[in-house]
Amino acid sequence: MLRVIGKRLLLLVPTLLGLSILLFAWVRALPGGPASALLGERATPEAIAQINEAYGFDRPLIEQYFTYIGRLLTGDFGNSVQTNRPVLDEFATRFPATVELAIVALVIAIAVGIPLGYLGAKYYGKALDHVSVVVSLLGVTIPVFFLAFILKWIFAVQLGWFPPDGRQDVRIDATHATGYYVLDGLLTGELDAAWDAIVHLVLPGLALASIPLAIIARITRASVLQVYGADYVRTARAKGLLPRIIRDRYILRNAMLPVVTTIGLQLGLLISGAVLTETVFNFAGIGQFLADAVFRRDFPVLQGFIIFIAILYSLINLIVDVSYSLIDPRVRVQ
Amino acid sequence: MTALPPSPATAGAAPGAPSSGADTGTSRWRDAWRRLRRNPQGIAGAVIVGLFVLVAVLAPLLAPYAGTALPGRAEITPTGIPGIGEVPGFPLGLDRFGGDVLSKLIWGAQASLIIGLVSTAFGLIGGMLLGAIAGTFRGWVDAAIMRVVDILLSVPNLLLAVSIAAVLGQTPSAVMIAIGASQVPIFARLLRSTMLAQSSSDYVLAARTLGLGKGAITINHVLPNSMGPVIVQGTLTLATAVIEAAALSFLGLGGGRPETAEWGRMLTYAQNELAIAPQLAFLPGICIAITALGFTLLGEALREALDPRSGAR
Repeated sequence: MLRVIGKRLLLLVPTLLGLSILLFAWVRALPGGPASALLGERATPEAIAQINEAYGFDRPLIEQYFTYIGRLLTGDFGNSVQTNRPVLDEFATRFPATVELAIVALVIAIAVGIPLGYLGAKYYGKALDHVSVVVSLLGVTIPVFFLAFILKWIFAVQLGWFPPDGRQDVRIDATHATGYYVLDGLLTGELDAAWDAIVHLVLPGLALASIPLAIIARITRASVLQVYGADYVRTARAKGLLPRIIRDRYILRNAMLPVVTTIGLQLGLLISGAVLTETVFNFAGIGQFLADAVFRRDFPVLQGFIIFIAILYSLINLIVDVSYSLIDPRVRVQ
Repeated sequence: MTALPPSPATAGAAPGAPSSGADTGTSRWRDAWRRLRRNPQGIAGAVIVGLFVLVAVLAPLLAPYAGTALPGRAEITPTGIPGIGEVPGFPLGLDRFGGDVLSKLIWGAQASLIIGLVSTAFGLIGGMLLGAIAGTFRGWVDAAIMRVVDILLSVPNLLLAVSIAAVLGQTPSAVMIAIGASQVPIFARLLRSTMLAQSSSDYVLAARTLGLGKGAITINHVLPNSMGPVIVQGTLTLATAVIEAAALSFLGLGGGRPETAEWGRMLTYAQNELAIAPQLAFLPGICIAITALGFTLLGEALREALDPRSGAR
């Protein structure tokens, strides 16, 4: 197992190397080069020359690439154009917010999606099945930021049950040791701060959960339907086993394999969804930071973000593959 | 980004691979057509898509005003935006700039249709070229193309589109190219895997035995039989493109003037007036969702029609 994991980690190297070449070529392939991409409409010949000089864009391409990759390897993603601070530091301060949000969204998506898909399959063709099909269709067709608008308008503007934006009420003066606000509140015993952070997570969490929830429900339904008619399930029924045992040990356990893969694959959706959700709810995570970076043509941040996401994505896929063999002993990781 | 992932059956194996001797190309498509007509979800999808296309094409006749016209400018006050049915002549009310919401929704359909078609065509053609080259020549060509495709697939689709659009600059055509380009790896991988599955079938062997060349076999035999999943993915991509175009607009990447009649743009500007004029956000949002729903339903129904085994039952 360890050897397999090691091999997979090694395979990450060529992927990341390729990605770095693509990213490097991507900005430089533009008409006008990276300087005019950075400057946008403010590109005058003098400004371009100045930027080229300052960032070394006038050096030979090979030299530029090796400087670039050398910096990447030491964790230097450059400085953000917006804040002039190192990209990695900016990520580090904002990452906990997005992780909190993504965890809440994933928990909602799993807690609602799996039962919904299961019930849809169990009551195939009945009302509950239709609910499950409609939810899984709407979840993928309603734009995330539109759903965020609706939730904000109903539950924050109209009903006032939840705060409309932010991570924490400004009146709460809490200490943030880890950056994970809920955890911070629990660690320092400031329970009202922890509760306030949770309340702020509900609406963005729901909005972000919509797409993964829909996909998880859909895959669970399809997978359970397939297992439902299997011979071993019929045998288990014929033996007179308790329905609960049939469900837990025979149906769910066998139906969960594709669901686990799907859950792993949701990471990409959660990250791109976070860019939109965090912007609507003014939630200071890496998603909102990326949205600002896009708007302000902050390319060091954009590049760093993409590499960061690619690493995260590949690692999660590895974890998913490894967790297969835990769920299903028949599967051996190769 | 948001289209459903292709089910394992369609992504891996070829749909409706010729099974019996009597199964000719035409009867396969006729079978699919018959299954499609019997599928209520498919009919619902086709009706929505049909209406959407009709509105988009007939926009010049249907819309009371031009997309960028501001006929109700005089009715707008700093604190009040007339809502649905509040001012005669503007049935769905006005927006912040004084534009007629109904007209803008209608012109927005046209904008969405153009964005959807152009970007999907871009992704489809680019992906098919790469996929067909990889699937035909194999060897190092295949390996090289697929490595790049894999690398691109390691970046979430919407982020890829956002990054490309960010570099291309803030113009409407940049958005279309970005959305299309972000779909290229998906189409390439799909077509290649379908072609590989096809190339081991008996009819390819037969063609090879007859002495046909690689190119002729690919173009005349393998490609036509590999089109099913690509058509399905193309329909689903239209849904994705409509949603992603709105998302890119929302992130400020659409370019053009603020009052442009485009659903994503309307939604973006509506967020400032959510408390006083929520309909400005709801109407374009619902249009986007219904259009995406139509293409998704149609795409799913097409998938089941072309490959009955992929259905979830």
